[in-house]
Amino acid sequence: MIIDTNVSLSRWPFRRLPADEPAALVAGLRKRNVRGAWTGSFDGIFHEDIAGVNARLARDCRTYGKGILMPFGSINPKLPDWQEDLRRCQEEHKMPGIRLHPNYHGYDLRDPIFAELLRIAADRKLVVQLAARMEDDRTQHPLMRVPPVDLSPLAELVRGVPQARLVVLNSGPLRGLAPEHRVYSDLSMIEGAGGVARLVQQISASRVLFGSNYPLFYFESALLKVKESGLTGEQSAAVLAENARRLLSR
Amino acid sequence: MSHNQLSRRMVLKSLLSGPPLMSAQIGSTEVWDVHCHLTSVAGETPEARMTELVRFMDRLGIHRVMLSLGFPLLENPPPRQLREENDQVLRALRRWPKRTLGFVYLNPNHVDFSLEEFNRCVRDGPMVGVKLWVAKRCNAPELDPIVERAVSFQAPILQHTWLKVNGNGPGESTPFDIVELARRHPRAMLICGHTGGDWERGIRVVRASKNVWVEIAGSDPTSGLVEMAVRELGAERVIYGSDAGGRSFASQLGKVMGAELETRARNLILGGNLRQMLAPMLRAKGLA
Repeated sequence: MIIDTNVSLSRWPFRRLPADEPAALVAGLRKRNVRGAWTGSFDGIFHEDIAGVNARLARDCRTYGKGILMPFGSINPKLPDWQEDLRRCQEEHKMPGIRLHPNYHGYDLRDPIFAELLRIAADRKLVVQLAARMEDDRTQHPLMRVPPVDLSPLAELVRGVPQARLVVLNSGPLRGLAPEHRVYSDLSMIEGAGGVARLVQQISASRVLFGSNYPLFYFESALLKVKESGLTGEQSAAVLAENARRLLSR
Repeated sequence: MSHNQLSRRMVLKSLLSGPPLMSAQIGSTEVWDVHCHLTSVAGETPEARMTELVRFMDRLGIHRVMLSLGFPLLENPPPRQLREENDQVLRALRRWPKRTLGFVYLNPNHVDFSLEEFNRCVRDGPMVGVKLWVAKRCNAPELDPIVERAVSFQAPILQHTWLKVNGNGPGESTPFDIVELARRHPRAMLICGHTGGDWERGIRVVRASKNVWVEIAGSDPTSGLVEMAVRELGAERVIYGSDAGGRSFASQLGKVMGAELETRARNLILGGNLRQMLAPMLRAKGLA
């Protein structure tokens, strides 16, 4: 059984994807034995009407999700009254967490607004997913070049918000972070032969979450990386599902 | 149930139950990887590094890799270091003869030495192909004697290519460059490394050049890559490669295993095309 912590609904603007309709996405996940999917929306990266995006995401997860899709709303703290979006995510849409895209939304992690958002989300016991990038910046559309998020301030920031439940998505190795920082990472963009095993060594098996970046990425790439890394049965079970389940139940 | 679904299910079942993926589960073909290096792998010696790579290959059911480049990675190696790098690969091949084949690393900035090195490693040695990286763009006339030598031995050439939106390096080839080279050498077997990185452009660039194959290594596992390559080029011109150890074998293999493909196409990409390309060379060396 798998819980995929990095799935997205709606359309990627630069190409059609094989599972970019909600029903097809759910069918694709079920076929791959995914029993839970933390699901954001590509629209949350690009649209300004974030409240509309999040309402649509919650509705699609209910309508098509069949118990699999768990909505993670987008928050853009550079939009006016973003706190209301956050409130709706939790109180109206019953979302367990939110997803952030600082590079697409025009702020970096040293911006005080990020620390504020992290604190508010922690007070609400929301999981915060921080997407470091969406694609290789060498292959982006020439008119839409977005550098990856600089994650170097994270270690210091999480010390100030010890109750934060922070998950980094789409990152390479988390430089400067160790188990004591209690930051989670998915494995969708972990590279190198045996890269997932190295990530486990760095931040511990209890902090690595299965995340595929499906449907933007081939799901099987993430799955096979777990296989390649030669984790023990216990570690594999933790990465594939148990860590995600435990994080949501905290 | 389609073959496609069957293969996916078997991948999943194997992952969850523990044993290595075997080729019978991936398809009815041996998986050969056209793009593998000794860099970014643990180990002090070439033998130790190759042994480490074989551990990962075994977990995924990859039978054989085409090995090139030594360590440290040198973009424009002078002759002495070029020879050292190829010697490292030769040592790894000797340690794992059934799991590896070698592509000799040549540098078009040192043509005469490169021809000597081709003779040492391919004509008189165990290697079966040529690897060209980023020392000089591959449309340069200096490549002609190297390509002619490769053609005379029916050795394929794996040429690194990228189309970087933030700019290529000075000696870094693009798919446009390999198309120029292919026009000058219609009998050459040219493999467009990384499908140009920006694969949606790379595939279009090489589409009309029938003696150019694409290999899918060394880029994010973005959905649609393999399907577009098969649609536009035919499965016969698409080859699996990983660019391990810098890249994961798995992330790149997942591009093929996750693609919506017929079994025949998947098998061609995972090894059939490469074996066909290398068949004359393997026969000549008694490796077929």
